[in-house]
Amino acid sequence: MRSDGKTRAPFTLKAAAGLGLAFMHLPIALIFVYAFTTEDKSYQWPPPGFTLKWLEVTWNRPDVWDALKLSLQTATISTLIAMVLGTLCAAAVSRTKFFGRETISLLVILPIALPGIITGIALRSAFSIADIPFSIWTIILGHATFCVVVVYNNAVARFRRTSGSLVEASMDLGANSFQTFRHVILPNIGTALLAGGMLAFALSFDEVIVTTFTAGQQSTLPIWMLEELVRPRQRPVTNVVAMVVVLVTILPILAAYYLTRDGDQVAGSGK
Amino acid sequence: MTVPSPVNATNQSSAVLPGQGGWTGSLSDKFWRNPKLLLILMLTPPALWLGIIYLGSLFALLAQSFFSIDEFSGMVQYELTLKTYGELFRPANLDIIIRTVSMAAIVTVGAACVAFPIAYFAARYARGKWKALFYIGVMLPLWSSYLVKIYAWKLILAKEGILNWIFAKLHLTWLLEAWLAIPIIGGYSLSVSYTGTFLVFLYVWLPFMVLPVQAALERVPGSYLEASGDLGATPSQTFRHVIFPLALPGIVAGSIFTFSLTLGDYIIPQIIGSSRLFIGQAVYAQQGTAGNIPLAAAFTVVPIVIMGFYLWGAKRMGAFDAI
Repeated sequence: MRSDGKTRAPFTLKAAAGLGLAFMHLPIALIFVYAFTTEDKSYQWPPPGFTLKWLEVTWNRPDVWDALKLSLQTATISTLIAMVLGTLCAAAVSRTKFFGRETISLLVILPIALPGIITGIALRSAFSIADIPFSIWTIILGHATFCVVVVYNNAVARFRRTSGSLVEASMDLGANSFQTFRHVILPNIGTALLAGGMLAFALSFDEVIVTTFTAGQQSTLPIWMLEELVRPRQRPVTNVVAMVVVLVTILPILAAYYLTRDGDQVAGSGK
Repeated sequence: MTVPSPVNATNQSSAVLPGQGGWTGSLSDKFWRNPKLLLILMLTPPALWLGIIYLGSLFALLAQSFFSIDEFSGMVQYELTLKTYGELFRPANLDIIIRTVSMAAIVTVGAACVAFPIAYFAARYARGKWKALFYIGVMLPLWSSYLVKIYAWKLILAKEGILNWIFAKLHLTWLLEAWLAIPIIGGYSLSVSYTGTFLVFLYVWLPFMVLPVQAALERVPGSYLEASGDLGATPSQTFRHVIFPLALPGIVAGSIFTFSLTLGDYIIPQIIGSSRLFIGQAVYAQQGTAGNIPLAAAFTVVPIVIMGFYLWGAKRMGAFDAI
């Protein structure tokens, strides 16, 4: 039993927690200010003035559009592959106990537990050994591999909460495996899958470390940003792109949170 | 060879429901009689994908670390040797490893210090709406774009940026300059110093520390703290002897992320920091411009081995229950 109702947080704790949260959010907020600055040569603060001009300039940039298109395609296809593989894996691991069950969960988590550079360089050297030319598919191969874990985590947590007797009841009432899957299992795990898929999408859309090794000459949006970070050439356009990227990733995360908030606590655990 | 059809089986014992029509029905009956078949069907695609694409490339890479490169021709020699691993112990390469591991350790300690108050407040005092707000407040930075976060710090740490402006407004520029004058951690400006690198690492990995620590603290019953107080402990004694030991598995769990992610990162030190290399950058340079895949592969073994020991130690401390 807790008697938290009466206790109040000491001031220092409140201040430290507040400062910590501010530390986590102010840098991102700063991006939104810089997207509208009139300064285009340096990162001057405070901005000398505000303008909407750079939104229009960015809108008319074909290279940004190409990068965005490639990123969206990669993220969509990788997410779909990850959703299929992750769900299959989660269903197998949570329904039955079998030899090598622990190994399978470890195998799923490994691509995200080891530093991304290892996954990246391993894939790259494998592509060169197997003589596979770089294309959108080499990027997808890498992305889908580390996206599986996100879908898997969400699906496993939901399977654990779904009672096995529901499936038995459905079978007893005469439904076959496919009907049970369609009418009993899918509605139960649907939101968790959707949430996992959205997080996988956000993860893939944002990934850069593995992508630098698997992309060859193509550039996804993060690769485009990385080039600008290393050699800044068009700061105002980069500012706008950064803002758009924040918006594009925040929306699926918030949606995933609302889909899984009733006690799952899974959205995001073990990115 | 004929497979006994489900229909025949039902004819023999009337207690069982009749077999189902259509290929979906008979397939479904097969799954029911033979659960292993379904299991194998479900496991094969993910196991093949991860086993071939991921493990296959990983082993192919590790195998290359046992080859060496001919110093004159620059060609890879396909003979098994430990020579490449010997190269890791050259002073220049050893420096890189020590630099990276120390940075990872300092970032981990820093992240634990900053994360603890946030996690403690969220676990013990935040209720209802505030709890959700804290959760989203940690989740959003965790999932926002990695590059955008680094970019934001490039804006902040720039000479003409907001941090120098704040120091100037507070008439504290002398303090910043004194800090930058300290050898090793200082430098020409914040964006090319180890202090800058540390700040960005701390910022980018902080949410990974908050979540497991909060999960560990959620499990500490409030009555423990009251009991400790009733028995005459001061708040700092309660912290040292009750809260901290119970939160430790969570901190260790978080440190797995902060430590491992810092060990393998090559983008942050490249953009914010001095020109001295970290392990990730060394791997990148060796496989790219230098074309020395064996040495690059040997370098990737370093974080794998360190994390292996780290995970083994963490498991003994019960950190995996807190993830």
